[in-house]
Amino acid sequence: MSEVNSVEKMELKVKDIIQKYGSDRGFVVPILQDVQKEFNYLPKEALNAVSSHLDVAISRIFEVATFYKAFSLTPRGRHQLSLCVGTACYVRGAPLIESNIERVLDLRPGKTSPDLEFSFDTVNCLGSCALGPILVVDGEYQGQMTVSKTNKVLKKLGKKVKTDEN
Amino acid sequence: MKIKSFKELKSLREKISNSRDPEKNCITICAGTGCLAYGAQSLVNKFKAEIEKDNLEEEIDIRSTGCHGFCEQGPVVVIYPEKVFYRRVGLDDAAEVIHKTVLNGEILDRLLYTDPSSGEKIIHEDDVPFYKKQMRLVFGMNGQIDPKSLEDYLAIGGYSALAKVLNGMEPGAVIEEVKKANLRGRGGGGFSAGWKWESTRKAKGDPKYVICNADEGDPGAYMDRSLLEGNPHSILEGMMIGAYAIGSNEGYIYVRNEYPLAVKNVTIAIEKGRELGVLGEDILDSGFSFDIKVNRGGGAFVCGESSALFASLEGRTGEPRAKYIHATDRGLNNKPTNLNNVETWANVPLIINKGAEWYQSIGTENSKGTKIFSLVGKINNTGLVEIPMGMTLREIIEDIGGGTPKGGKFKAVQTGGPSGGCIPEQFLDMPIDFDALTKVGSMMGSGGMIVMDDRTCMVDVARYFLKFLEGESCGKCVPCREGVRRMREILDDICEGRGREGDVEILESISHALIDGSLCALGATAPNPVLSTIKYFREEYSAHIQEKKCPAGVCKELIRYKIDEENCNGCGVCARLCPAECISGEKKQPHVIDQEKCIKCGSCRESCKFDAVIVE
Amino acid sequence: MVNLTIDKKKVQAEEGSTILKAAQSNGIEIPTLCYHDELTTSGACRLCSVEIKKGERTRIVTSCIYQVEKGLIVNTQSERVMNVRRLVLQLLMARCPESEIIRELAEKVGVKPQPRFKPDEDKGECILCRQCVEVCEEVVEVSAIGFSYRGADKAVGTPFVEPSRACIGCGACAYVCPTGHIKMEESDSGKERVIWDKTFKMVACKVCGRYFAPQEQLEYIGKKTGVPLSKLYTCVNCR
Repeated sequence: MSEVNSVEKMELKVKDIIQKYGSDRGFVVPILQDVQKEFNYLPKEALNAVSSHLDVAISRIFEVATFYKAFSLTPRGRHQLSLCVGTACYVRGAPLIESNIERVLDLRPGKTSPDLEFSFDTVNCLGSCALGPILVVDGEYQGQMTVSKTNKVLKKLGKKVKTDEN
Repeated sequence: MKIKSFKELKSLREKISNSRDPEKNCITICAGTGCLAYGAQSLVNKFKAEIEKDNLEEEIDIRSTGCHGFCEQGPVVVIYPEKVFYRRVGLDDAAEVIHKTVLNGEILDRLLYTDPSSGEKIIHEDDVPFYKKQMRLVFGMNGQIDPKSLEDYLAIGGYSALAKVLNGMEPGAVIEEVKKANLRGRGGGGFSAGWKWESTRKAKGDPKYVICNADEGDPGAYMDRSLLEGNPHSILEGMMIGAYAIGSNEGYIYVRNEYPLAVKNVTIAIEKGRELGVLGEDILDSGFSFDIKVNRGGGAFVCGESSALFASLEGRTGEPRAKYIHATDRGLNNKPTNLNNVETWANVPLIINKGAEWYQSIGTENSKGTKIFSLVGKINNTGLVEIPMGMTLREIIEDIGGGTPKGGKFKAVQTGGPSGGCIPEQFLDMPIDFDALTKVGSMMGSGGMIVMDDRTCMVDVARYFLKFLEGESCGKCVPCREGVRRMREILDDICEGRGREGDVEILESISHALIDGSLCALGATAPNPVLSTIKYFREEYSAHIQEKKCPAGVCKELIRYKIDEENCNGCGVCARLCPAECISGEKKQPHVIDQEKCIKCGSCRESCKFDAVIVE
Repeated sequence: MVNLTIDKKKVQAEEGSTILKAAQSNGIEIPTLCYHDELTTSGACRLCSVEIKKGERTRIVTSCIYQVEKGLIVNTQSERVMNVRRLVLQLLMARCPESEIIRELAEKVGVKPQPRFKPDEDKGECILCRQCVEVCEEVVEVSAIGFSYRGADKAVGTPFVEPSRACIGCGACAYVCPTGHIKMEESDSGKERVIWDKTFKMVACKVCGRYFAPQEQLEYIGKKTGVPLSKLYTCVNCR
C-alpha cells in the first residue's frame, strides 16, 4: 500500500471515531484513546486529522496528547509490561521488581526497546491491592509478584534470564 | 420496555419480586476487578457449564456480582440462601460445590475461611471477622446483585428513592433532607453536600451540570471503582436525585481509564436506565429530564481536582485554576456545576429512603454515616471495609484487617493518599472521622488506608509520595512544579546517603511555602507525607542523615545483604538465582555474598526458605 | 467603589478589580512575573501572593486574580508572603540560572539562591509564565505554539517541536516573553526572520524599501481584516 493511501485510511478511521463522539471537543481524551487503540500509538498524521476534524488547533491537541500519561507518541512494543507502583504494591516490594525489570530489559519505565519487542511502564494503582505487587503482562494481571516470578515471566517472553527452572 | 409512571415502576418492581424465590439456591461469584484477576470469569463459566450439563437451571441460579470487598481471599463465592462463604474457589471445585453444598447442604471444609487468630473455620459470610464489625450500608448490595442487571437493582428497592423524590418532594425539601443528614463529601475534602447543592441551585446560569467524580487517583484506594463496577445504578440514582434538587438536566461521570470494568458497567447501566425510562426525557411522567454522559480520563491524578476535571471535560489539559470563584457558580464551561464523588452519590438514595434522622444516628458528631476504606499494604485481610464513622483505627486494622502479616510489626497507617499523612501507633485508639484525621496531620481523603510495618522506611515513603506527585504535577504553578521535585531531590539525597545536616529544616521550610503558595490542593497538600513523617518518625530521618543507616532495611544505598551463617544450610538456591553471581559457598556449607559485586536486587532474600539472608 | 486596606493604607478600588490593580494604582508595588494586562491571568508564578484577612481568618491569595472586597485587609509584605516569594524566586533561580531578570528581581526583594538546589541546565530562560502561548491564542489567534508534557517536563514550543504551519512569524511571543527566552533573529540584510525554527521571507515596503514584516503575517492580516494585500505591502510609516 502506498503511503498516501495509508494516511487517507488513517484519516477516515479518525473521522469515524470522532463521529462516534458527536464531534464534541469535550471528548478529545476518549477520542485520542480510541485512536491510540486503533494504531497502537498516536501517529502524527492521526493527531493532525483529529485537529482538523474537531476544528481545534494542533497545538491544543498536542498539549493533550502529551499531558495525559495514557498516550504515546511513539510506537509501543509487541509486549507491554505495566508494573503497579501504587502505595500498597510499593510497600510490598514493587521497587525491587521495577529495578529488576529495568535491569533485565535495559529499559527505563515509560520506554520501548529499540527492536519494538518490549514496552515497560509503571502505573499508579490498579486498585487490585490484594494481589500486590501486580505486573500487567500484555493486559493480563499477574499478582503477588516477586523478583524471581518476574524473571520467569520475562523468560517466557523470550528474554535470557536466570530462573530457578534452569 | 419503557415505564412511564410511578405506578408502572411500582408494579414492575412487584412483578420482579414475586418472580423471585428468596429460598432458591443461588451461587454468587464476585466478579470485581480483584477476583477477575484471580480468574473469576472462568469460574463463572465453569459453574454455568456444570449447571447446564446437569440440567439444574430450575434449581440453581447463578449470578456474577460486584465486589464483596474481601479481595485477599478471591475468588469469593457466596451461596444463598444460607450465605455459605467460600474463598479461593478454583475451577476444580465447581462441580463439588454444586452437588455437595448447593444440592446436599454439605460444607466443603477446604474452601472455608479460617480465622487466623482462633484457628476456627467459618461457614457463613456474616460470621467472618472481616465482615462482622462492618456496617455495609452502601457497599453491601454489591454482593447481592448483578451490576449489569437493572432488574436486580429494582429487586432490592432500586429507584424507589428517585420515585419518592419525583413524586411529591420539592427540590428544596430534598436539599434540606441531605443537609439535615449532614452528608459530607467522600472524595476527600469533607465539604457538606447539601450546602453545595443549595449553592448550585441558587447560582445564576444555564445549563447547570451535575458531575460524578470517579477519577479515583489516590494510590491504594479503590472503593469508588468497586461501587461503579458493582452497583452502578445506585450512583446514577444518587445523581438523578441531586440533579432534580439542583435543577440540572445534564450529568457527567468522569472515570479513570484504568478502570475498564467500571466504564463498561456504568455505560451499560446508563443504557438500561434510558431503555427503562428512569433516565432521559420526562422521567416517569414527572416533567423532570436528565441524562448522563461518561467521559474517560487519560491518566492524570490532578484531574481529581475539580477545576482540572472541568478543564479535562472541556477537552483541554487538566490544569487547575484559582478557585476564588466556586464551581457552584462557575464550573464546567463556566456554568454552575455540582461535583460529588462516587461514594457521596451512592449515599444519597439511602438518605432519601431511610430519612435524615436515621442517617444522623450513625457516626460521630460532625461526621455522619459510614465510610468505605480500602485496607491495604502490610495487612492480613486486604480489602474494602465499610464502617460507621467513629470506629477506631485499631478496630479496623486488628479486628477487621487481622493485623500485620507474620514477622512484621505495625509501624504506621497512611491515610488520605498523597495528600495525607502517616499515623503512628500512638493514635490507634482514636475514633476516626473527617476532623480527627485532620487533627493528627493526615486526612480522610478518598479512603485509602495503607498499613506499614517495621520493614517500611518512612523516609522512603515520603520520597515515594513526592515522586508520585512530581510526576503528576500539571506544571502550571511554580511552587508545585519546581518545589516538589526539589524536595524529592533532597529526599533522594537522604535515602542514598548524601543527606546533610539541616536538610530536615529545609524540607520543613519549603513545605510551609508550598502549602501557602501552590495554586491548587495537589501542591498545597504535597508536603503532608513529608511533614507527618518528620513529625512522628524524625529518628528515621536522623538515622539516614547522621548514621547513614536505613533502620527498616529498605534504602538500597544504605543497606547490605548478608547471609546468616547459623541459618544458612547451603542449599544454593540464592547462588543459582543471583543475577550478579556474587554468592558463593560449598554445598551444604554457609554461603557468602561478595559485597563488591552485589547489586541489591533482593532475589536472594526473597528466595531463601530459611530466612538466612538478612539486611543490615 | 470598594474600601479596603493594603499595607495599613486605606485605599479605594473599583468593584471587580483585583488586589494587584488596587495596589498598583495606589503606589504599592507587588512583584509579578506572569501577569499581563491584556492576557488571561493564570496565576501561575505565584510571585504576587499576598496575605488577606477577612474577619479572623487569614490566607494567602494571588493578588492578580483575587478581587477586592469591602473591608479586606491586605498585607503584601508579611512573613508568610515573603516565604512564598522567597521560595518562588529561589526555585526560578535554580531553574533558570542564566536569567538576569530573575536574578535582578531576587536581589531587589533580597532573596539569595538556595545552595541546596542544583541549577538546571536544560530549561534555558523559560519560566513557563504562559504569556507567549496566551498571546498567540488570544491576541494573534493562530495558536501556533503551546505547551507539551507536564510537571517539570512541561515546555513551550510548536507541536512535534517542528516548524509550525500556523506560525505567521509575527514575533508577538518574543515581545511578551519577560525573560528573553524566545529568540527571534533577523538576517543582516533584513530579508529573513527566524523564529521557532521557521524561516520567514520578509516583505520590503513598496515605498521606503525597508523589510518590515513576514509575508505570512501580511497575508494573515489581509485575510482577517479584508484589507487588500497590495495595501499591506506598504509599511506603517509610509502609509
